[in-house]
Amino acid sequence: MTDAKNRYQAVLSHRLFWPVAVLVVLLAANTVYRPGFLSIEVNNGHLYGTPIDILRLSAPLILVALGMTLVISTGGIDLSVGSICAISGAIACLHISQAADQNNMVTVFTALAMALGVALALGAWNGILVSVIGIQPIIATLILMVAGRGIAQLVTEGQIITINSGPYRAIGLGHFLTLPLAIFIALGAALLVAGLTRRTALGMIIESVGGNREASRLAGIRSARMVFLVYVVSAVCAAIAGFMMTANVSSADGNNAGLWVELDAILAVVIGGTSLAGGRFYLGGTILGALIIQTLTTTVYAMNISPQTALLFKAVVVIAVCLIQAPAFRAKLSRRRRGTPTPSTPSAPRQKEEVSA
Amino acid sequence: MRNMQMSLAPRRAVAALAALLLAGSVAACGNSDTGSEGGGDNEKIVMGFSQVGAESGWRTANSTSVKEAAAEAGIELKFDDAQQKQENQIKAIRNYIQQKVDVIAFSPVVESGWDTVLKEAKDAGIPVILTDRAVDSADKSLYKTFLGSDFVKEGRLSGEWLVENSKDATGDVNIVELQGTTGSAPANDRKEGFAAAIAADPKLKVIASQSGDFTRAGGKQVMEQFLKAHPKIDVLFAHNDDMGLGALEAITAAGKTPGKDITIITIDAVKDGMQALADGKFNFIAECSPLLGPQLMELAKKVHAGEEVPARVETEETTFTQEQAKAALPTRKY
Repeated sequence: MTDAKNRYQAVLSHRLFWPVAVLVVLLAANTVYRPGFLSIEVNNGHLYGTPIDILRLSAPLILVALGMTLVISTGGIDLSVGSICAISGAIACLHISQAADQNNMVTVFTALAMALGVALALGAWNGILVSVIGIQPIIATLILMVAGRGIAQLVTEGQIITINSGPYRAIGLGHFLTLPLAIFIALGAALLVAGLTRRTALGMIIESVGGNREASRLAGIRSARMVFLVYVVSAVCAAIAGFMMTANVSSADGNNAGLWVELDAILAVVIGGTSLAGGRFYLGGTILGALIIQTLTTTVYAMNISPQTALLFKAVVVIAVCLIQAPAFRAKLSRRRRGTPTPSTPSAPRQKEEVSA
Repeated sequence: MRNMQMSLAPRRAVAALAALLLAGSVAACGNSDTGSEGGGDNEKIVMGFSQVGAESGWRTANSTSVKEAAAEAGIELKFDDAQQKQENQIKAIRNYIQQKVDVIAFSPVVESGWDTVLKEAKDAGIPVILTDRAVDSADKSLYKTFLGSDFVKEGRLSGEWLVENSKDATGDVNIVELQGTTGSAPANDRKEGFAAAIAADPKLKVIASQSGDFTRAGGKQVMEQFLKAHPKIDVLFAHNDDMGLGALEAITAAGKTPGKDITIITIDAVKDGMQALADGKFNFIAECSPLLGPQLMELAKKVHAGEEVPARVETEETTFTQEQAKAALPTRKY
């Protein structure tokens, strides 16, 4: 009896319980509204259906949010990712559009390499501003957030560059094993980041830098180098997301590609349980957060919620998610329900548990 | 140690901010210098123009037309790109007022919220010309004239074509609509004009309507959901070509043939849209011409000279069917 109750408590208090619950509720509400919402059929040899759409469309956000998770875990923030998406997409599309044969693999890979190179440089710029010069991350990355849109517009000369390149298109719309390629790219990136940070000491080192940079340095960690590194990783993730966004519509739009994605990414990270103060990060939570945000957007269209109320609807759901995620709020709620103050679980042992998880 | 770092960090932030501000003010000085030169009495008329952004091929053609026409008419143009934000436009207009330009022209991002800044322009004695999009201000004296397309008419023409071409249809004709940016004049007016026209035939029903923000990515994402939620869609009405082009991809991915299984009506007639129309993927486009530069410069000169101008000037426009698109495409400017 107590064992079952304990297990129930353990599930309830797992940090991924509430995000999962919200996602399930959103999907269930959609299924009630339209029973076919979750159905998947085979179309042209590919799986086709709303769940697949959600996965494909959330792929760029997952990528951006992965980089953002690492940045935030060092106590930083990267506002420039949206602009980097636009710049990388613009550079890749511009190079392809100028080529004689847009379907040439060499052309496409050169375009990707060029754009990635620029993204590396932009990430290094952010990293140097934060780690070497010591500017606060929100200011340092704000520079590129604002200036970056300008750079993207310079690259595209204010035009929408339309391309007609099969290989490039595949990044956003291609299929592999009946599923969109974008899903595998995002999954691959997630596994790579998870492997590098959780199978080695790297993740712990990043967290310790986020916890206390100076103490970590005194303990022998090259803190500045770690901070520099996460901004570079974030920029590269954003660049790949930029390829997906532009490939999805076969055109580069300097104004709109990746617009506000930095805010969605920060939201995904927060929904996933990573603290903005740094010192801890949860990659699984971030991916869940990204899925919730995309499901929310798709819900607006699927339920045909009028555009005038769509933003309010999103805001209400996001506020609910954030409140329900906050242990302080949940504690208050359950105390009121039971009428007696419950002793709050000692937080120190639980945190230890999370670290080992 | 920790404390020292804490105290250092804000100081560095302040230094960074100061550097930013300094850069900004230097740029601003540069602007006002040229402003005072150009603003000097007689000779050249100085026009401050605030553009919505560069969100579509249409907008780019519009900007180019304004710039070229200004150079041709010998008018000094100060051009600002508001990147789709009203606050940027208000800032730009206030800048123009400070620089004492002769005429201010702008395409409002949204319809409402302009009274204060327009009043400031009026108080400074600077005439304002609205281009392309209207404002819903009750006080019509705040601006001299509105030069632009009649969006209601564009919506109505689209609707009338549909009524004409679905006369023989039996049973309901299911229409889905991709709206422009919520709250913008073209979105409101095109929706209104279209709805009024199709009211003539009770068979025609708009079963879903969502905002695709005038972008390809937006149009595509919304259309994907429409296709899944509604098994029978006969007609797509998109408020601009770009959303229609995005929707094309969604329709093809769903295994349907655009232009045949789903009749597609859009507005604007930019090059990519006209190409799709000529290729048989679109069925009808109501033109919304961006080439209003010459007309704008003409009006600016008249307004500057103190002449009376009509309160509403329409740009010359037409509509295209697939055959007309094939004929018009080779000589198309944008």
